[in-house]
Amino acid sequence: MSQHSIIERLRGKFGDAIGAWREMAEGSEYQRRMGSYLEILAPQSLLDICFFLRDESELQFDSLLLISSVDNADSTLSVVYHIESTILGNHLAFKVTLPADDAHLPSVTSVWAHANWHEREAWDMMGVHFDGHPDHRRILLDEDWPGHPLRKDFKEPAFYHGMKVPY
Amino acid sequence: MPEILERRTIKHSTLATTTHVHAPEEVERGRLRTEEMVLNMGPQHPSTHGVLRLEVVLDGEIVVDVIPHIGYLHRCFEKHAEALTYPQIIPYVDRMDYISAMSGEHGYVTAVERMMNVEVPEKVEYIRVLFAELQRIASHLIAIGTYGLDAGAFTPFLYCLRDRESILEMFEKTCGARFLYNYMWVGGLSHDLHPDVLGMCRAFVKVNRETHTEVNNLLTFNHIFVERTANIGILDPLVAVNCGASGPMLRGCGVKWDIRKNDPYSIYDRFDFDVAVGSNDLGTLGDAFNRHWVRMLEWEQSLNIIEQILEQYPRNDMTDVQSAIPRRLKAPAGEIYSRTETPRGELGYYIVSRGDVKPWRVKVRSPAFSNLSILPLISRGYLIADLVVILGSIDIVLGEVDR
Repeated sequence: MSQHSIIERLRGKFGDAIGAWREMAEGSEYQRRMGSYLEILAPQSLLDICFFLRDESELQFDSLLLISSVDNADSTLSVVYHIESTILGNHLAFKVTLPADDAHLPSVTSVWAHANWHEREAWDMMGVHFDGHPDHRRILLDEDWPGHPLRKDFKEPAFYHGMKVPY
Repeated sequence: MPEILERRTIKHSTLATTTHVHAPEEVERGRLRTEEMVLNMGPQHPSTHGVLRLEVVLDGEIVVDVIPHIGYLHRCFEKHAEALTYPQIIPYVDRMDYISAMSGEHGYVTAVERMMNVEVPEKVEYIRVLFAELQRIASHLIAIGTYGLDAGAFTPFLYCLRDRESILEMFEKTCGARFLYNYMWVGGLSHDLHPDVLGMCRAFVKVNRETHTEVNNLLTFNHIFVERTANIGILDPLVAVNCGASGPMLRGCGVKWDIRKNDPYSIYDRFDFDVAVGSNDLGTLGDAFNRHWVRMLEWEQSLNIIEQILEQYPRNDMTDVQSAIPRRLKAPAGEIYSRTETPRGELGYYIVSRGDVKPWRVKVRSPAFSNLSILPLISRGYLIADLVVILGSIDIVLGEVDR
């Protein structure tokens, strides 16, 4: 099943929740396959879409490769999911864009257990809140660290527990 | 059954009942009042292979839960990368997976080259694959040696380090560095292959095949080692895929998945090698022993690849290894996810570019990070003494977990 027919399946099932397919216009075969992504316009139906992608017999996306978060510097954040089917060999990336000051997404830990630590990292580094996550804590930084460092407007504190931060 | 196993006459009994006394089944629960205890293992503990803290919840000697606390080595590579140009990032990549820096570099330069559509000369590809495979052996030697240490066997560790030394000598001769190389550049290499290295490599393969047999005899088929590692930390293949396991951790469960075969990069499609998977011969599919066994098999496969490279290497090719390096490294606007198979598993780089000399965002999918997240799942219900062996079988590098 090609990437285009996968998207047609998703459009047929979820309609307006599925946005545009962003493809690199020119480029190698690899760039078109691994550099394209699907926009998802309705964050609230993300969980249903993920279950559909995993459980539908023609799709079988059984493996989540990674969850990345990107600060677009226009007061929006993007969360990108790369998934793959180890059975059928398909690859798909989809992107959800959220307002930076109120970034909430449903957690997909119940679909792919691998999401657990990746979502914690996205919360820690970018400040995306994942609703329904079983263990919503920071992962790499201390619990009381101020702010989320990968935001483009992050300013490191001058002192942290009496220690000078910028060196 | 692999040939090497058949030649061995000893058959070990590794039934779960002999290796493992699961107290919850033996003791009638509820008759004794037990109290849970929390034990901190690490961050300064020799068998955590770096600075990792495990919060272990114990019921007597039985592990009820493990909560890994990571981040002690966190340097925020991803933030650094946003402030650096593409070639400046390479030394930082070295310091992530410091046990196999060449493999990390190979993954990163492949990602940037795919993003920028750079064609790399054939000779450079051969040198890269040669070094990546040598690095895979060096990394597996450390993994196997220290795994022996974890299980209480000291001698194989010394044998492993001796052979690793010859690999480091080859690297040192070529690029001057032994550990953190900054050797692979976008579009080329920092130095051409040293003329002595091919000869050294040929001698090394010969010696190393003997070491492989020796380590198998000393460690892999050692009764104590098998009893210690078989049937613990069992991971189901379906769960492994769902949890994002990769590398020997995934193949140890019997899933035939290797990026070198499933999504080939560089010139791996030219070589003939097998994807090693675990088996039920000694121990159970997906247990700690099988992860070790897959590493042993992969070591042999890497030697096969190196032998093929030595045959095919274009000796008379006088191409300058820096000829294809772009003058101005400016990636076109867009994004890409590129992955390679490192000794620990699938190393992926997700790079977003806005057409600048610096990346807008670099996210690393680190195999050790994903593999470590499975630790709680596979260590519940085992003895605390087994926890060390299970953790060792994952083969984590904390530089890569914390980034």
